[in-house]
Amino acid sequence: MRVNVRVNGEQRQADDVWEGESLLFMLRERLGLPGSKNACEQGECGSCTVYLDNVPVCACLVAAGQAQDREVRTVEGLADGDALDPVQEAFVEAGAVQCGFCTPGLVVAAHDLLDRVPSPSDPEIREALAGNLCRCTGYEKILDAVRLAASRR
Amino acid sequence: MTLTPAELTSAVSGGIGTSPQRPDGNLKVRGEFAYASDLWHEDMIWGATLRSPHPYARIVSVDLTEALKVPGVYAVLTHSDVPGRNLYGLEHKDQPVLAVDVVRYQGEPIALVGADHPETALRAMKKIAVVYDVLEPVVDMETAVDDTPLHPGGNLVRHVPIRRGAQDLTADVVVTGRYEVGMQDQAFLGPESGLAVPAEDGSIDLYIATQWLHVDRDQVASALGLPLDKVRLTLSGVGGAFGGREDLSMQVHACLLALHTGKPVKMVYNREESFYGHVHRHPAVLYYEHGADHTGKLVYVRAKIYLDGGAYASSTPAVVANAATLGVGPYEVDNVTVDCYGVYTNNPPCGAMRGFGAVQAGFAYESQMDKLAEALGMSPVDVRVRNAMTEGSVMPTGQVVDSAAPVAQLLKLVQDKPLPAGTSSDIRELPGGVSNTTHGEGVVRGVGYAVGIKNICFSEGYDDYSTARVRVSMVNGELAAAVHTAACEVGQGLVTIMQQIVRTELGIERVTVLPMDTTIGNGGSTSASRQTYVTGGAVKAACAAVRSRLDGRTDIGSEVIDETVEWRHRATEALDPVTGQGNAHVQYGFAAHRAVVDVDVDLGLVKVVALDCAQDVGRALNPQAVVGQIQGGSAQGLGLAVMEEIQTSGGKVRNPSFTDYLIPTVLDMPPMSIDVLELADPHAPYGIRGVGEPPTISSTPAIVAAIRAATGLALTRVPVRPEHLTGT
Repeated sequence: MRVNVRVNGEQRQADDVWEGESLLFMLRERLGLPGSKNACEQGECGSCTVYLDNVPVCACLVAAGQAQDREVRTVEGLADGDALDPVQEAFVEAGAVQCGFCTPGLVVAAHDLLDRVPSPSDPEIREALAGNLCRCTGYEKILDAVRLAASRR
Repeated sequence: MTLTPAELTSAVSGGIGTSPQRPDGNLKVRGEFAYASDLWHEDMIWGATLRSPHPYARIVSVDLTEALKVPGVYAVLTHSDVPGRNLYGLEHKDQPVLAVDVVRYQGEPIALVGADHPETALRAMKKIAVVYDVLEPVVDMETAVDDTPLHPGGNLVRHVPIRRGAQDLTADVVVTGRYEVGMQDQAFLGPESGLAVPAEDGSIDLYIATQWLHVDRDQVASALGLPLDKVRLTLSGVGGAFGGREDLSMQVHACLLALHTGKPVKMVYNREESFYGHVHRHPAVLYYEHGADHTGKLVYVRAKIYLDGGAYASSTPAVVANAATLGVGPYEVDNVTVDCYGVYTNNPPCGAMRGFGAVQAGFAYESQMDKLAEALGMSPVDVRVRNAMTEGSVMPTGQVVDSAAPVAQLLKLVQDKPLPAGTSSDIRELPGGVSNTTHGEGVVRGVGYAVGIKNICFSEGYDDYSTARVRVSMVNGELAAAVHTAACEVGQGLVTIMQQIVRTELGIERVTVLPMDTTIGNGGSTSASRQTYVTGGAVKAACAAVRSRLDGRTDIGSEVIDETVEWRHRATEALDPVTGQGNAHVQYGFAAHRAVVDVDVDLGLVKVVALDCAQDVGRALNPQAVVGQIQGGSAQGLGLAVMEEIQTSGGKVRNPSFTDYLIPTVLDMPPMSIDVLELADPHAPYGIRGVGEPPTISSTPAIVAAIRAATGLALTRVPVRPEHLTGT
């Protein structure tokens, strides 16, 4: 099937999409946007978190066809040209990035949190990021990054 | 005038001792960093692996006919398509690339499919007809040696005995225990993946996420029957490793499909396949007896340790040596008897995971120290300090610890940290969290301590080295440097460390890290907490060679200074096979933890409230990365303490998913306050001490000690599950 979808502000088209394909697969393998990650592909790790019509979702749990005529924003769409989003900048500065495989999903989730709650408390940050697994950091520096980004927005 | 390294350092920022940003950080936060699973090639096809559903079976027949008929399928391969040696392995070549007539674990690869879409490959795979004669699996590590032999040499992979001092002592106070450690998974987030690209001359390029390019290359070339120069490996982005990428997964498979079809082949495991696709931490059963005098001084330690290696050896021999030689912990004991056995079973293969044998022993010896403290009426910290190793102490192997061993100091540091406030009234900070299972009723607090020891770098006489090339030339009127190694960046930050070392050594701020590949000599393994030590040492040495040619000049015109250096740490010795004596290790690392937990004793739920750590790192080349390693390692220790276990039944994995294999989330992790000691090791470059593994060892027993303190339960097995706490 053919899927028409707006991705990061651009109208895109994917052809020969198999009905069983996920939005994640379409983004990564058909639209050249591998930023959203494939760590569990069953909605447990949050590495594939993208905005779908401004709501964060696990792209692995959304069928590609469900994105027809909708708006998707991925981690690749957060920076403004060379200028990183404050959340991205804070992740690098705070040491919240090690292997970085969880980072795209966490950056989108944190971006969404700060849009909704500009100055979140620690328990609010923890709750908002509870669906995103990180295996490297123990999360302390991710919390630092979100606090830092909040202080700058 | 020629500047000394120290003078040069002050001239540039981002040298050692500072925390500059990672060179790959921006790409990673933008989603533009190319991990192995992100690779793409024009005209590429997808590979898939048919795996055994049985832990132990004879293969009666394999029929590929129907699979080959599926439109879009390019190739279906079995062991008969392996042109070289069909056996590989890190220490023993005992594992088939593709099974021949027997499968020894659930998930063992039998056949490969190459197809135009991953779904096509999966559908074709399901049409491969395999007839099995299912056999009774060997699953008990304690009796495996006397059970059905799974390999020609029997089921004992390695026995390491340690005999030191008197073997027949008694003591005023004796405590004994039997402990179990469950099978932990590395659970790196980036699945096994890679892209194999065939060349017209029959050679191949493999872009791969791994921990050791050269050993991968050697094993791939052997299986493909190609000379080493026809197999080129380049490191792609690695989504975490923690030991789980030391062994081959899809490397040979992708290359076989690529050479067979003439097309680039991409293979990406999904999470379930990842659980079958890499080795895990050895489950263990450990019997201990500690004898002490009335003052708490240890008189003797006796231990018998079983480690379940599963179906293939992987790195079991080295894990056995670690558990044995580090088996009494960071304590002075004159009389030691240890027997450690690594065995074959039909359970999933086990090998390297962060802590590597020291984790299993650490849970047992620290549980014993708590038991001893209780028997003596001493505090857990006092009994440890009473026996704490110091510089100059003698290991059970007879090796003298010849650099800092601040065991007592580390314990006191965590003991003196402020304790967290009492049990919270915010349900988000209580056991069960927003599940709203308690508002504080039935919640009991406990505090526990542990300390651990880990060997750093490769041991037992292994020729452990790394190769580094540093090139300096003028770029836009300034000196610029490039550093090239085959040492794998897996997330830990080696790329940053190498830049820092070059800046410090050469006073050149602009340092490019070249892609890691096999066009340069061996970088050694990214394991054993060794890369900053060994590859860092190699980069430092290459810089020294460049510096002498640079001779203080800041303008070298069109000259290019290019130096490659092989650097090795001091030699180690084999262990005596009868007594286990010998200077087997290069360096020892130490960390201590204090854990504070709240336990809902009615429901058996645990909330770790604080997990503070003190660790000696010799010298913190990058303080931010050091703390990141300690916090990350502590988190994996928390996982083993209360969450993580690959559960098997009759050799079959019952929970191969992140739905059923739970790793800590941000809700499970407490705040972690870290104290970093910098007591330089005079034998190591810059005095550094490997950082990555020690925190994973003491984290687990500290948490379990805290749960014991809260509940009064014996808790001899990790992970501690709710039913262990409620008795239901």
